[in-house]
Amino acid sequence: MPPHVELLFWDGCPSHPRALADLRAALADTGLDPESIELREVPDEAAAAREAFTGSPTIRIDGRDVVDPGGEPVMLACRVYHRRDGGISPVPDPDDLREALRRAITTEGASS
Amino acid sequence: MSLRIGAHAPPFDLPATDGTSAGVALESNPPATVIVFTCNHCPYALAWHDRIAAVATDYAEHGVEVLNINSNDADRYPRDSFEAMVRRVEADPDAWPMPYLHDETQDVAEAYGATTTPDVFVLDPEGRVAYRGAPDSDWEDPHEDADWLRGALDDVLAGRPVGLPETEPVGCSIKWRG
Repeated sequence: MPPHVELLFWDGCPSHPRALADLRAALADTGLDPESIELREVPDEAAAAREAFTGSPTIRIDGRDVVDPGGEPVMLACRVYHRRDGGISPVPDPDDLREALRRAITTEGASS
Repeated sequence: MSLRIGAHAPPFDLPATDGTSAGVALESNPPATVIVFTCNHCPYALAWHDRIAAVATDYAEHGVEVLNINSNDADRYPRDSFEAMVRRVEADPDAWPMPYLHDETQDVAEAYGATTTPDVFVLDPEGRVAYRGAPDSDWEDPHEDADWLRGALDDVLAGRPVGLPETEPVGCSIKWRG
């Protein structure tokens, strides 16, 4: 079974179209369906609390965040990511997306 | 509504992280003033920060003043509190060749019609808005080097109309109270 991929976003942050494009590309690169993403809006602070949403975008694969949010608080804001080259970014590094997807595929394969 | 190009910018004086204050006066302004609405928690503001700091350093010899203003609601976003601003500057003073000002009431952001972090305004020596928008075209590419902002400053310092006076600000929304 392919991994369950979710992209949670808050519309007050402009980064989710870019994150969605990067995620689709990563899915294609790893042999998965680029249209298999569950896209979910987090519209308010109550929803953010329910989702343990630490910023937009948040990408989860089989329920696991592609980048560990650590102790980040729940908030409706743009999320800060650190790229592998050291730069700060509003979206995850594409290599982190591919690595998380490959890890999920390997885990699925090992457990099935 | 944001200030239009050519409009006189509202004067203000805001507290800075170093215990002083800074702002825009009705008269006796520098050859050019850069006002950057920014904050601590926004990745777009953080990604552009070094480029804006480089502008402050490079244009200081021309008398250009660069003012960074944080107007976000610190009750909902504690990382944008004045205390957090002070900690950020003290942790890396070399990254701040420019004052970091606190707009606690959000009056300045409202008066300027700022919408995002960052949102950049350049004022001419008469205190009129000569440029408003993003620092450059790509938060992701440091080689862009805030070239829209630098171009506006070069035009203002040369006494020319700004060639590209308005661009779309890109970044996180300013976090308004209530």
